[in-house]
Amino acid sequence: MKRAPGRGWPSTVVGIVLLALMLFPVYWMVNASLQPAGNTLQGGWFPFPPDRSGYVTALRDQGRNLVTSLVVALGSVALSLGLAAPAAYALARFRLRGTNLLLFGILITQMVPGIVVANALYSAYHDLGLLNSSLGLILADSTAGIPFAIIILRSFMQSIPREIIEAARVDGAGGLRVFRSVVLPLSTNALITAGVFTFLFAWSDFLFALTLTTTQTVRPITLGIYQYLGAHTNQWNAVMATAVLASVPAAVLLVIAQRQVAAGATGGAVK
Amino acid sequence: MPSGSRPATDPARARFRARLARWMYLVPAAAYLLMFFGYPIVKNIMMSFQQYTTTTFYTGAAPFVGLRNYAEILASDLFSKALLTTALFTAGSIVGQFVLGLAFALFFQRRFPLGGFLRSLLLLPWLLPLVASGTTWRWMLDPDTGVVNTALRGLHLSSSGIPWLTGTSQALVSVILINIWVGIPFNTAILYAGLQDIPTHLYEAAKLDGAGPLASFRHVTWPLLRPVVGVVLVLGVVYTVKVLDLVLVVTGGGPAGATETLATRSYELSFQQFEFGRGAAMSNVLIVLSLAFALVYLRANRRARNG
Repeated sequence: MKRAPGRGWPSTVVGIVLLALMLFPVYWMVNASLQPAGNTLQGGWFPFPPDRSGYVTALRDQGRNLVTSLVVALGSVALSLGLAAPAAYALARFRLRGTNLLLFGILITQMVPGIVVANALYSAYHDLGLLNSSLGLILADSTAGIPFAIIILRSFMQSIPREIIEAARVDGAGGLRVFRSVVLPLSTNALITAGVFTFLFAWSDFLFALTLTTTQTVRPITLGIYQYLGAHTNQWNAVMATAVLASVPAAVLLVIAQRQVAAGATGGAVK
Repeated sequence: MPSGSRPATDPARARFRARLARWMYLVPAAAYLLMFFGYPIVKNIMMSFQQYTTTTFYTGAAPFVGLRNYAEILASDLFSKALLTTALFTAGSIVGQFVLGLAFALFFQRRFPLGGFLRSLLLLPWLLPLVASGTTWRWMLDPDTGVVNTALRGLHLSSSGIPWLTGTSQALVSVILINIWVGIPFNTAILYAGLQDIPTHLYEAAKLDGAGPLASFRHVTWPLLRPVVGVVLVLGVVYTVKVLDLVLVVTGGGPAGATETLATRSYELSFQQFEFGRGAAMSNVLIVLSLAFALVYLRANRRARNG
């Protein structure tokens, strides 16, 4: 549909104003992070001149926690995609008994509060020595990512035309070959969507970090912020700088994988 | 299939192996789900009938106490208060998220320059770690130094400032407002996708029949959007009932327990008072509520479809 130039711009103005309102807290987070330390009362509307001391303090205190979060989030992506991709393929393509039961189970997982999982895992982890470990957090954080990844990947894999898979079969590819060299490459976009969201789920996790770690050794950034809040309320610039650093992955992923993120936002729910 | 070149094997056995190979795709994920959802659910049910405390970790003793954990948490005044808070928090969040989310979705349905870009930018509040945005809101809503009260004073709307997070009657409203802010993007995204599926010729037909925007919303948009609305609302309730991190970061359940929900009570019982048995009982109440709601919805849905 072609439009006369200039049409629709009033809507754009309204849209920008609405977005500015919705994103004001994000601006305020950045603004507060660039204010000088201590003078909370004078915090201005604009961070001029920008003061980097908040970031210096934040990186000094929380640098290690950022690395921990990165390790946990990447580990959760690897585990979630590694388990979810084959399962999604089987659920989409094979007619196996128990498929419906598993799908129902995945639905039920959405209703289980994280605190239930944390409650039970705490005692199990205590016995297994998994408290205060990255592996323990990777396993627990994937409770959000794995069901989501299965749902996203399955609905995509169902849309791969049968003929493509059968053609590969005729060419002599075995079951596993078909999955690895035909289905997975075709599913790149869905894998990115699932990967982005499992990364963000694990990166943003707060409950498991709070309940399944008891010492400083393994401390994700979300827990770092929470404890900063208690200890450093006079250094709001450092607290907010940490919040900004913790928000960077979400912002970056939204910019570079805009299409896949938008697909994930709806894909998990509508199917 | 080059099966002819293979030495002839028992066909029943070959079929069994093929089926086994297919199962192997599912086994790892199914095992994970059993360990990290199945086990916790069962373990929670067991713990809720036990006196499960810190000593259990050292002695291994968790005496069976029957329904005592349930009796104690249900009898406490805190329970009915937390239940009411959970209900208000959920209802308020869902109504706000849905109404504003639908408004945004309808707005973005118009075509205008930068529309797609602005629409994806709207996802940001939903993607940020809750701890980061919750901390920001806490800073913004600070009664003395927060920007919200500063702005209200500057506009002469309030001279003393509103105790957003420190007033017992205001704190819950503030937490609900923050949760609405977090949930708008999700609602907008799904409702927008639902709106895109409505054929445009129906709107054109309604226009030809002389329907204004309000009438075409009532007679075209709303009826066709109903299934998507159902999904959004059910998912919204199921996710909102169990919200915990937002409350912990913004108010910590305070002031004076004003924002204490079933989820935060469960967390406190287990991880602050180390009464794991009672914490488990509390979280089981939460699961039952969530399941009951989902069942009621599914039934209503089936009746609506059949009737």
